[in-house]
Amino acid sequence: MIEICNLFKQYEHQPLFKDLHLVVEKGSVVAIIGPSGSGKSTLLRCMNGLEAFQKGYISVDDQRFCGVLERGYNKGQEGITIKNIRRKVGMVFQQFNLFPHMSVLHNITVAPIFVLGVDQAEAESNAISLLRKVHLMEKAGKYPVQLSGGEQQRVAVARALAMKPEAMLFDEPTSSLDPEMIEEVLLVVKELVSEGMTTIIATHEMGFARDVSTRVLFLDKGEIVEQGKPQEMFSNPQNDRTKAFLSRFMK
Amino acid sequence: MRRFHEWLIFIIMEYKYFIIRCIVMLQMCFSGIFFSINHAFAYQDTLDKIKSSGVITWGFDAEGGAPYVFRDSANPSKHIGFEVELVAAIARELGVKVRYFQNAWDSILLSLQRGDFDIALNGIEITPDREQSVLFTRPYYAYAEQIVVRDSDNRIHRLEDLRGKKVGTLYNTEAKRLLEAMGGIAVNIYSGQVEPFKDLLLNRIDAVFVDLPIAAYYTMPNPQLHMVGDPVGDGYYGIALRKEDASLADELNKIIEKLLRSGELKKIYSRWGLWNVAQEKLFLHEGILKNYAESPPSSSEKAPIVLTKFLPTLLKGALVTIGISILSMMLAVVLGLILTFMRLYGNTWLRMVSTAYIEIYRGTPLLIQLYILYYGLPSIGITLSAFVVAILGLGMNYAAYEAEIYRAGIQAIPKGQTEAALSLGMSGRLTLKRIILPQALRITIPPMTNDFIALFKDSSLISVIAITELTKSYGILAAASMDYFKLGIITALLYFGMSYPLSLYARKLEKKLKSHDRNL
Ligand SMILES: Nc1ncnc2c1ncn2[C@@H]1O[C@H](COP(=O)(O)OP(=O)(O)OP(=O)(O)O)[C@@H](O)[C@H]1O
Ligand SMILES: [Mg+2]
Repeated sequence: MIEICNLFKQYEHQPLFKDLHLVVEKGSVVAIIGPSGSGKSTLLRCMNGLEAFQKGYISVDDQRFCGVLERGYNKGQEGITIKNIRRKVGMVFQQFNLFPHMSVLHNITVAPIFVLGVDQAEAESNAISLLRKVHLMEKAGKYPVQLSGGEQQRVAVARALAMKPEAMLFDEPTSSLDPEMIEEVLLVVKELVSEGMTTIIATHEMGFARDVSTRVLFLDKGEIVEQGKPQEMFSNPQNDRTKAFLSRFMK
Repeated sequence: MRRFHEWLIFIIMEYKYFIIRCIVMLQMCFSGIFFSINHAFAYQDTLDKIKSSGVITWGFDAEGGAPYVFRDSANPSKHIGFEVELVAAIARELGVKVRYFQNAWDSILLSLQRGDFDIALNGIEITPDREQSVLFTRPYYAYAEQIVVRDSDNRIHRLEDLRGKKVGTLYNTEAKRLLEAMGGIAVNIYSGQVEPFKDLLLNRIDAVFVDLPIAAYYTMPNPQLHMVGDPVGDGYYGIALRKEDASLADELNKIIEKLLRSGELKKIYSRWGLWNVAQEKLFLHEGILKNYAESPPSSSEKAPIVLTKFLPTLLKGALVTIGISILSMMLAVVLGLILTFMRLYGNTWLRMVSTAYIEIYRGTPLLIQLYILYYGLPSIGITLSAFVVAILGLGMNYAAYEAEIYRAGIQAIPKGQTEAALSLGMSGRLTLKRIILPQALRITIPPMTNDFIALFKDSSLISVIAITELTKSYGILAAASMDYFKLGIITALLYFGMSYPLSLYARKLEKKLKSHDRNL
């Protein structure tokens, strides 16, 4: 469903991805692991049209994006392509990024109403059922400042789901949470995966990656060093860099 | 030795501004001390002082001062005018030299009283009000008020025809009092004499009513203007002295008499086209002065009625100030938003235009901008009314500051907000409207309120373009009553009473916003 081909990306003459290929089939769950600075966030952001790149393309179904971005959004055909990709692929950020001036309910309905043209009543009833799904029914009228980090992240998931995406990208969804809140967010992701949602998740939660993913991908210095089924990767890594990285985690 | 030298240079370079400030302050202290010695401890008779120092210091205002005293356009370092020649003749008779002291006309009598100069001689009309605070010599010129209209205009022939018209006159003059006494005239008050004639030529006003010498000087060389009707009223210019300088007054009276009888005065005035039969009255000066003394017209109702009499005028001025502040702030907000969008989201060209606008408006004085709008634009064929100029001038100036506030507000919104909105499929425009602007607005309200307070106070600058707002009302009332202190306090209180609630409000908003941020 998602195909990354020949991806080349550099930050100020510092190449990050030199020639990256990745294919994600419909219904698969890909966990991206790797040390800090390896390019996990950048890869996900490229897939959502938030980051420009210099060579190669990323295609989602029949939509192909070639990496040219003018201040975050494009005009013309490129712009339509990016928008279509973003509608098919939802994204959840490490920092939640809820809209602080809107209630939880409004956070979830704003995009369906103004982007998809859904009428308000329908958007709200849909939002309520999404809130039930993330176990936050009673928080509909609250504002983001009144929620804990874990609750905010679950609202962010509901907000992305409200656009009825076909795939979800999670960029370290639990990294800025206190330990006791990590589980509640991971539970929500697990439930989503069990419903068959195509998912790509960058994470430092190795146990979670092993349990839910269909494929694990080890990224280091912008390079996919090794990938494979989770059991094989975690119990029997082939590459030395993977071994070194995992040994630090398995202690 | 070399080291000491370097050290000295280092100190001077590092602390040059501090050193300069110290020197200036020391200088101020010393002149302050000398000043007080002069005037408090060792009072010296001014006539003796003039004689012993060989110098008489003359206070005047040369700004737009033709034909009294002004700068020679052929040689701008030189003062010319009939009063220059008169003062030269007086100094010659006294056997002393003249030292020139330029002083704003509005405050010339105050400066005289403060002791900045020995005599004030600059078309100062002898009035009972003024006689209460200064001593006048016998008159040296008999003036009358003259109507000037455009040559193409034949509606106005005499004083009565001015009713229902817009008439320009000068700040704190007999002509102004005459017009106001007549009633039914829209009086536009100017502080410089060139401006009313400019506005007359630009159709902003229908007539100018000023002292004859001024009318004659500006009308004669200009075929588009002409004087109509006979000169109205009669009054006299006298030399103003401090109350205690009776001996100087005696001496000057003798000199004026001598210049009159010798025909020298007539020669000077004739050279400037100012001699007329009315001047014959100068010979009868005792009778004239006595006349004033016997019938003091308004002086009895002067002193204690400050509040009841002056407050309505001040309040009217305050209303104008409020109206203009609100309208220009509205303009500033709208224009500021446009500038911000151009700068943040426009193409290269729009960005350059917006940046240039902001930098130019912030880098030049508001006063100059007002002058250019009001007196400069007409020369390229755009003539705006004073009211429009006031709103445009303030609004366009503050738009530059608002734009900077909005830009800061928008840029203060974390990038994650935009990315979250975009990732939900929102367009750039929708993101701006629904996500960025509502959050930026909250941040910008406190600085905007502060800016509004600043604009409110800056609106006093528009008093230079013939709008009678609060500051101008104060200037007019204070000049008429010579009570700069009490009226000043009242006016300041009015400004304060209007701006303080706003600044309280701004502070409250700021606090609220801060506590909100803490929750985040
Ligand atoms: N805006 C930027 N400008 C320049 N370099 C950047 C920028 N953003 C990221 N980088 C660089 O790109 C590399 C990859 O960054 P990225 O954030 O994708 O890593 P990551 O794997 O997500 O790390 P983490 O686990 O800390 O989130 C890093 O070396 C980083 O320094
Ligand atoms: Mg990251």
